[in-house]
Parts: sequence; C-alpha cells; structure tokens
Amino acid sequence: MSKRIDVKDLNVYYGDFLAVEGVTMAIEPRQVTALIGPSGCGKSTFLRTLNRMHEVIPGARVSGKAMIDGTDLYGTGVDPVAVRRHVGMVFQRPNPFPTMSIADNVLAGVKLNNKRISKSDAAEVVEHSLRGANLWNEVKDRLDRPGSSLSGGQQQRLCIARAIAVQPEVLLMDEPCSALDPISTLAIEDLINELKNQFTIVIVTHNMQQAARVSDRTAFFNIAGTGKPGKLIEIDDTATIFSTPSNPATEDYISGRFG
Amino acid sequence: MLTDNPPKVSKRPAGRDRVELFASGNKGRWGSRIFSGLSHGAGIFILIVLAAVAAFLVKEAWPAITAPTEELQQISWFKADSLMGYIAPLVFGTLLSSILALVIAVPLSIGIALFISHYAPRRLAQSLGYIIDLLAAIPSVVYGLWGALWLLPILDPVFKWLTNNLGFIPLFADYQAPAKNVLAASTVLAVMILPIITAVSREVFLQTPRLHEEAALALGATRWELIRMAVLPFGRSGVISAAMLGLGRALGETMAVLMVISPGFLFSFFLLKPGQHQTIAANIAAQFPEASGLSVSVLIATGLALFVFTFLVNMAARAIIARRKDFSGAN
Amino acid sequence: MAVSTSQDVAAVPAALAFPPVSAGRRFVDRFARSIIAIAFAVALIPLISLLWIVISRGVKMFSWDFLSTDMVGVFGDMTSGGAVHAIVGTLLITGAAVLISVPLGLLTAIYLVEYGRGPLARAITFLVDVMTGIPSIVAGLFAFALFVLIFGPAYRAGLMGAVALSVLMTPVVVRSVEEMLRLVPNELREASYALGVPKWLTIIKVVLRTSVAGIVTGIMLSIARVIGETAPLLITVGMMTRMNTNIFDGRMATLPVFAYTEYSKGGVGIDRAWAAALTLIIIVMGLNLIARLIARKFSPKFNR
Repeated sequence: MSKRIDVKDLNVYYGDFLAVEGVTMAIEPRQVTALIGPSGCGKSTFLRTLNRMHEVIPGARVSGKAMIDGTDLYGTGVDPVAVRRHVGMVFQRPNPFPTMSIADNVLAGVKLNNKRISKSDAAEVVEHSLRGANLWNEVKDRLDRPGSSLSGGQQQRLCIARAIAVQPEVLLMDEPCSALDPISTLAIEDLINELKNQFTIVIVTHNMQQAARVSDRTAFFNIAGTGKPGKLIEIDDTATIFSTPSNPATEDYISGRFG
Repeated sequence: MLTDNPPKVSKRPAGRDRVELFASGNKGRWGSRIFSGLSHGAGIFILIVLAAVAAFLVKEAWPAITAPTEELQQISWFKADSLMGYIAPLVFGTLLSSILALVIAVPLSIGIALFISHYAPRRLAQSLGYIIDLLAAIPSVVYGLWGALWLLPILDPVFKWLTNNLGFIPLFADYQAPAKNVLAASTVLAVMILPIITAVSREVFLQTPRLHEEAALALGATRWELIRMAVLPFGRSGVISAAMLGLGRALGETMAVLMVISPGFLFSFFLLKPGQHQTIAANIAAQFPEASGLSVSVLIATGLALFVFTFLVNMAARAIIARRKDFSGAN
Repeated sequence: MAVSTSQDVAAVPAALAFPPVSAGRRFVDRFARSIIAIAFAVALIPLISLLWIVISRGVKMFSWDFLSTDMVGVFGDMTSGGAVHAIVGTLLITGAAVLISVPLGLLTAIYLVEYGRGPLARAITFLVDVMTGIPSIVAGLFAFALFVLIFGPAYRAGLMGAVALSVLMTPVVVRSVEEMLRLVPNELREASYALGVPKWLTIIKVVLRTSVAGIVTGIMLSIARVIGETAPLLITVGMMTRMNTNIFDGRMATLPVFAYTEYSKGGVGIDRAWAAALTLIIIVMGLNLIARLIARKFSPKFNR
C-alpha cells in the first residue's frame, strides 16, 4: 500500500510571506523519513503540505509539485478531502474525539466512507487497527470507554490506530512523541518500526536521537533568520547525515545538539 | 459589612515606607477603607435588591393569594374558579409561545453560528457577528410594530397554505385571518431570541479545540463531517444552555406578544386560531394600566409565577454553562 | 548531496489515483453548506425588512415638527403633534437609571474582581446572573410595588421607571465592567503595588484607567439596551400628552410607550408610532455606533 512521494520546487506561503522555499526531495516507500531542524524552520509546515492540512490556515498556499506515485496532490480537480484519506496524519498532541468511545474513535474515519459497515466488519477493523497500533491488549476489555480515559501514550497510539484504520498509503507524524513520557515514546518508536513495513512514513521530530533511532533517511531543514524562509539543506541516509553530512550547517546543528 | 476581609485591606500600607510616608499612608488607609466599604456595599446592595424584588412581589401578590374566589370574581376580567385557574392558562400560553419560538430559533441559530464560525471567511465573520448583534439592540416595541404591521400580512398566505394542506393535523387546523395567533407571536419571539442563542453558540463553536478539528480533517472528513465529528459534540452543552437563555428571554418578552396576539385563555393547541392564547407578561401589560386594588394583586401574582419560571430556567442554563466550564478546565 | 528529483515520473490523471469523495458524501456536504447559508440569509430577512420598514414608514411623520412638539390638543385625525415630551421623558428616565446603575454596577464589578472571594462573591456573581434574566415586566412590577408601599397606590413618577430600568441595567453593567477589569493584566497591579501605591489608588489610577474604554463601551451598550424598554415603563410611568420634566412627580411620556400607545390608537397614530420607532432606532444605533467606535479606538491592546 505504501507509495513514493516526489516533491519538486515546493514553496509554501502564508499570505505574502514565504515560509518554506524550494523544497525538492524524494520520499521512498516503506521507509521512515525524518525531518529535523531548528524551531520555525518550516519542517512541520512542509509536512502538512503533504496532505494539504496547511489549507486549514487561512491564506496558506503552495506552489510547486508534490506527487504521490506520479499523481500531483495539487493537480486540478484533486479534492483535499480525498488526499487526506490516502495520506493519514498523527499530531503532536494526542487528539482522540472526547465524546467517542475507543472503538468509535478507531472507526471514525472508516465510517465516513462506509456508513453501513456491518458489526462484524467493524469489530474486525477495530481489532486489526488496534493490534497494528500495539494497543489491542491494553484496551480490548474496554472498547466502549471514552478515548479520553486512556493515558497520553495510549491516546497517541489510539490516534495512530485511527489513522491506519482507513488504510492510507502514507502516514505523516508531526512530533508524535513530544507530549509523551520516555516509556510511551519508546512504545511509539517500536510501533513506527513495525508500521514502516506497510506504510511510507514521514516523521517530524525535535529529538535527534529519535531521528537516528527510527528513520532510514533524514532531511535537515534550516532557517537563515527570522522573517527568512525555511529551506531544505540536505537529505540523505540517516547514517550518512549523522556521521558525514555534506553541509557544514547540518554538522553544526547535529553536533551542537546531539549527545 | 466590612468584617469580610479587614486583614487584606489593612495590609497594603505596611512595610518600611510607612515611616517616611506616614501622612499619606494614613490617608491611603482611609481611602482604602472607604473604597473597599463602598464596593462591598454595592455588592451587598445587589443581593438586597434581588431579595427585595422577591419580597415585594410576594407581599403585593399576597392579597390575591389569600382572597376568596368570590372576591376575585368581582374583577371584570377574572373568569376563573380560582387564582390557580386563572394563572394556569396563562402559564400554558407562555410556555407554548416560548417553546414554539425555540423550535423556530434554535435550528436557525445553530445554522447562523456555524456559518459565522466555520463557513464564512474569517474577516467577514466578525462583521457578520456584529450584524446579528444589531438584531439584539432593536427595542422590543419596534419588533412589535414590525411583527404586527409587516410580518402578519406576509404570514397570512403561509398560514393559509398550512391550514389548507396540513389542516388535517389539529395543530394547523382552522386558520382565521388576520394572523393574530400564537404561531405568529412565536415567530416574532424567535427573531428576538435569535441573537442571544447565536452569540452563545458561535462562541462555543469557535472554541472547538483545533486538535479535534484537525484530527477529523486528517481522516479525510468533509467540512460537514468535521462539524458532525468535532464541532457539534463539543458544542452541544453550550447550545443547550444558549437555548435555555433564549427560553428565559422568550418567557418574559412582553411587547411582541402584546402587539401581535389576539388574546384568549384556553389550553388550546390550535396554533393558527386567534383568541386562544395569552402570555403572562403580555397579560400584565394589557391589564395593568386599568387595574387597581385586588386586580393589581392578581396581576402581580401572575408576575411572581413568571419570575419563578424564568428564575428556574436561567438557573438551569447557568448550571449547564458552569458544568461545561469545569469539564473543559479539566481537559 | 542526495537530493533526487522526479522528472522521470509521468503525471497520472489525478482522479484515478485519488478517487474523489463519494457522490453521497459530497451531496451531504453541499446540502449542509446550503442549509447553513440559507439559515444565515433567513436571519437577514428580519433585520433588513425591519430597518427598511421602520425607515420607509417612519420618514412619513419624521420631521422637525415631530421632534419639537408634544401631543397637547391633538386628537382624531389631526396630523400635527409630536414626540418631544416622550423624547425628553426617555432621556430623563434613562439618565436617572444610568445615575443609579452605573455607580452601583461599577462598584459591584470592582468588588467582584478586586476584593471578592468566598461565598459572598459567589452569591453575588450568581445573583447577578439571575438578575440578567429577570423579565422586564417583572422589574416594572417590582418598581411599582416598591413605590406603592412607600407613597401609596396612586403615586406615579418617572423615578419608578428609572428604578425599574436600573434593575434591568445594573447586572448588564456589572457583567461588562467585570469582563473589562479581568482583562487588565495582574502585572500592572503588581507593578503599582511595588511602587507603594495603596490598593484603592491602584484600582482607580491603574485598573480603571487602563480599562476605561471598555467600561464606557459596556455602559453605552447597556444604555442602548434599556432605552428601548417598553413594558416596565408602560406599567409604572404610563403616558402623558405634555412635557413633564420632574421625574419625582407625575406620569411621564417615553418614546417606546409613545410608540405603543400611538400604535394602539390606529389611524394616524400608526404613522406616529413608526416615526417614534425611527427616532428610537436612531438613538439606539447611535449609542451602539459610539460604543463600537470607542471600543475600536481605545482598546486594541486587549484584543486577545
């Protein structure tokens, strides 16, 4: 199900302000690509353009191309709603719907497309997705409890289960562990390692050890100063980036913060 | 009255400046005392006023509550067997007209609030909010004029159509022109309570956590599905309390009903028939200028009933709002 | 550098890769959107029609004569006569109500924000909320009962109306002032205390000074709200054909009640009612406009 993403000359604007400039990169299928860089460098903004979530912000627009297996996300006639169905997203803070039960949260996206899903099918989707998110054993006895009754780490895995339940091709993760404790973080990282067998994963992280642990490729974004646009400095295999980066800015950033 | 917090008031001028600034410190202490006394007094005065409202109403209504029925029946417009018998149809009329107004106003208000919070461009949204707020600023007597002289002729063909096509439902049977019936009055009331319901709903819809909205969008929800998934569940209790506040307004609204409805004292569900219903507030306004003695007491007794009703409705609304605050605070 | 490009990928028609949202869902979405837009449009009907009809019918009688004569000796189909007595009465009664409720409301709000803690403050907050919901006619009955108790059943005066309006106005003033005072950052208060300024002077010189625009706006809006009240005045102050400037004695005419009684007379009276309504709307909208202008001009610092 996983797919390749090709981004070419992508600029992101907020109104007249150029926030991210000229990103060109290839994101390989069945790999984890980590986006790292200092705060405000536009890595989250860029991530959001991959499922057109940035359009939620008034005045935000992009130019350039983002192709998923050859289809331009921004082609004419492409419905952003349809894009998001194929490119799932997990957010910084876990955000299960508070009024829905655990099971309903998992089914939330599925039900959008298939209103009359049979009970057995629904149960199967719930179990499959929760197993996929390593949460099944913890919640199987309380599927009808509200999603907000779980711990932070469990909530985040519930959100991952919700995202993979619609069987997307790509999974975007925007600092998924930044609101979690170390143990929950470890659980999510293990999960990411398993999920990459099925999905193309792009993860934004502030934690470089995390990038080094979970990703196959790493992209470094940087910003020249406030008011300047963020730029992609380089992208390469994670091992290369962390050992012998080709750009001195990358080396500065990594050595300054790493270890 | 000052005993509530003397330590806090006297603490202020303490400290090492005290010696140097002894004169002004002294003055400051008196200023503090007077000022804190005044503001305490004002707060307590409000308590007294509200207690006085209840007490005076009870006192003035007492003669009517204790008077024997024969005496009450000497009032020209008192046709009932007892005071309760007089108040009951008025309470019915008040509730019926207010609830009808809610039935009309709540769906409309939710639509308007959603339009402003989630559909209109952000820049436009604020001015749209102002426009709706303008509706709230228009005096009720102007609504009455508008209802009686502009709306009634327009409702006439609508009601005719209703009674011709849906007349088999008793609710809509037997329309008689002019449209001085309870449904027309409720329509005017609905317009009058739209702004408050819209304003409160708009506020809660705007407070929907961005996290939940984004979660819905990331799952591939259309805008309406986003509203169903994230906005409405979050705003439900807010909308309920907004509706209660609107109900409180509608229960006590006088002029619109007084100027639109042709009064009657029946427990009737013929919404399109004139001369069936009357509300407490409109009845007081209609009878009061000519009333004296015991009849004043009877009217004040009905006013007391209205006071209690609106008090309960508003309290319920506030309680819901307060509970909601706790809930969102805990998150 | 290993930035790879994507020239080699041929564009595939978008619709094939991302099958669009199903027709049913799209329909529901569009349907909801139209319903919501229609709801908004429907809400504009009363506003526009109301303003239109008040203006178009109101100008018929609206003239300098209308604003400068009273109703003495006007009867039947005579088209002379005006509302100056009612305008003066409305201004006097509302003015008296403002004199009562603004100090009371202001001080109560200061108590709640700066001093209030514990059960008393909670009781006041709660009762202010309850008072906001008092029906205007009940406020009228209260004023009536209060004055009848003191001065006997035949007593009528503008002051009764002013008291009734104050009961309605005070909670609104408290609420809006309270909101404004809470917007004043605590750092400002602490900065003032640190300079050795006593609490009461801090409140007057720092807290009230900072929030004065918001407070004035709130007061203007609350005036706009009570100036059009009809029912409580109808049952307390009644009606008069001639000017009465003594608010302590005798019935007074007020604009809203004038509009209502002229409407009830029918005939030419209806034209007068529209003209009175127009006058009232001009006053109310004027107050609203001034309030918004003050708010916009002086308090952008506190906009979230």
